[in-house]
Amino acid sequence: MGRLLNEHFPLIAIAPLVVALLVLTLYPAVQLVRMAFSDVGLVSGGTTWTFVGLDHLRTLAADRVARIAFTNTLIFTVVVVPIEAALGLLLAYLVNQTRTLGTFYKTVFIVPLLLPPIAIGALWRLMLDYNYGVVNQALLAFGIGGPPWLASPSLALPMVMLVDVWHWTSFMFLIFLAGVSSIPIELGEAAEVDGASPWQVFRDVVLPILKPTIVVALMMRTILAFKVFDVPYLLTGGGPGTATEMINIYIEKVFFQQFRVGYGGMLTLLTALILSTFVIVYQQLSRRVEAEA
Amino acid sequence: MRLRAGPLFRHGVLMSAVLITLLPIVFTAFTSFKFRRDIISGRFFDFERTLVNYERLFEGSRAVFGQLTVNSLIAGIGSTLLVLFIASLGAYTLSRFRWPKRVSALILGWLLFVYMLPPITFAGPFYLIARQIGLFDTPAVLVIAHSVLTLPFAVWLLQSFFAEIPRELEEAASLDGCSRAGTFWRVALPITLPGLYATAILTFVFSWKDFLFALVLTSTPRGGTIPIGIASFVQEWDLRYGEMAAATMLAAIPAIILVLFAQRHIIKGMTMGAVKG
Repeated sequence: MGRLLNEHFPLIAIAPLVVALLVLTLYPAVQLVRMAFSDVGLVSGGTTWTFVGLDHLRTLAADRVARIAFTNTLIFTVVVVPIEAALGLLLAYLVNQTRTLGTFYKTVFIVPLLLPPIAIGALWRLMLDYNYGVVNQALLAFGIGGPPWLASPSLALPMVMLVDVWHWTSFMFLIFLAGVSSIPIELGEAAEVDGASPWQVFRDVVLPILKPTIVVALMMRTILAFKVFDVPYLLTGGGPGTATEMINIYIEKVFFQQFRVGYGGMLTLLTALILSTFVIVYQQLSRRVEAEA
Repeated sequence: MRLRAGPLFRHGVLMSAVLITLLPIVFTAFTSFKFRRDIISGRFFDFERTLVNYERLFEGSRAVFGQLTVNSLIAGIGSTLLVLFIASLGAYTLSRFRWPKRVSALILGWLLFVYMLPPITFAGPFYLIARQIGLFDTPAVLVIAHSVLTLPFAVWLLQSFFAEIPRELEEAASLDGCSRAGTFWRVALPITLPGLYATAILTFVFSWKDFLFALVLTSTPRGGTIPIGIASFVQEWDLRYGEMAAATMLAAIPAIILVLFAQRHIIKGMTMGAVKG
């Protein structure tokens, strides 16, 4: 028994992982594909499956809300990711230069990453409340009546973006801090001696060295931004109307509020396919970046 | 003469960022200690302090947060233990024994792929499976679902820690007559304790933060978690500000503890996904 364990230890040790992956990820993935081409009825204690071919794709072609949700997610991603990258880089660059308080800054800046996103949504929902939120009460002190930040069709999406920037700049900060702190200080100092301004040092010395890190960080954050769900779910629930409807929020509605399991499966499968393409490109790119470094 | 960005500018920018980061949390903390009348009249600082909002979360016939907190803890601790068991064994063998290149690349690649997919990919199938096996609306189903969420980065993170163990150490152990399992248990695991801590902390935090799986796989306080409780406030017509703020602070407790005591352990893990590819 002991000898058998010893001989086959690698196989025995990896078995739980392989079983977990097969049962908990591969089987659900297969189920998802099956779902996307079926009508699934929920009956007590079980399900009924009817194969419907490409019906759900036809539904999708006529689904206006799905298109809006996709467009919103795209706009959201394109706006927040560069802003978070720029702010994260600025903060990382500055923190790296300070000797005093460095740990304090780092500690504070990781706080948003440790909070449950639903709590972040709740924080800002309370702050931005039309009647009793801190923001509008402060504005009122100056005699300004604040707008209904989250209920206005034109303000809701920018507000969701704003909260996302508050939430995720920390992530970019951490990645860039690792990148910036690996640059030898002498490099910048040599350029300064040659008469370069701080901005020139940043642009001509720091940025080129960081380029690979920036590319990887942007890709990574884009993938994460596509998953956005909790914060807009709590802030606006996708509304008002469809102003902040996002892919994941819409899928949740289709699936768990309208119980269109098959169609929800198709939407999920397409989202997963789009992201997979992105992930594969990302993996190739980061491998090349690693090879260069 | 040094031409760096001046310290005044530097600390000015950084302190503004600190304020922007902390103010929403501080305001919510204040709100959680206020009576409704002080919230409505907009008293920022000179309010009468009270714990009534916290009491309402936990006491009374309709109070569910006691149960929700227990469920959050069960899901967090349960999935952390499960993931640590599976991931430490898996990561150790993957980094220590010679596997055919294709096997290890397939497993690690699939893990990374799963990590990057949106969790909603699994929400639908999990929902059907949970109903089938009768685990719908229990903390147990969240233990399993959260394990899927955290297994990928746990394996990757632990693998990077195991890779740092000098091989000579293990060779010495096996020369001394230590079996392979014994080497893993008595040599490899104790050395990677810091790595296990970091992995455990992050696994717990990810489980604690999850909202989507809890939303989809539970329907009552029997299986729900704290985030579900928070989200249920906004579905009411009359927002209970004080209690919502108190529940938000409750959800923030692990974050506060970690920032104060374990900050160093977690930074590596949080950015890992971005550097490994």
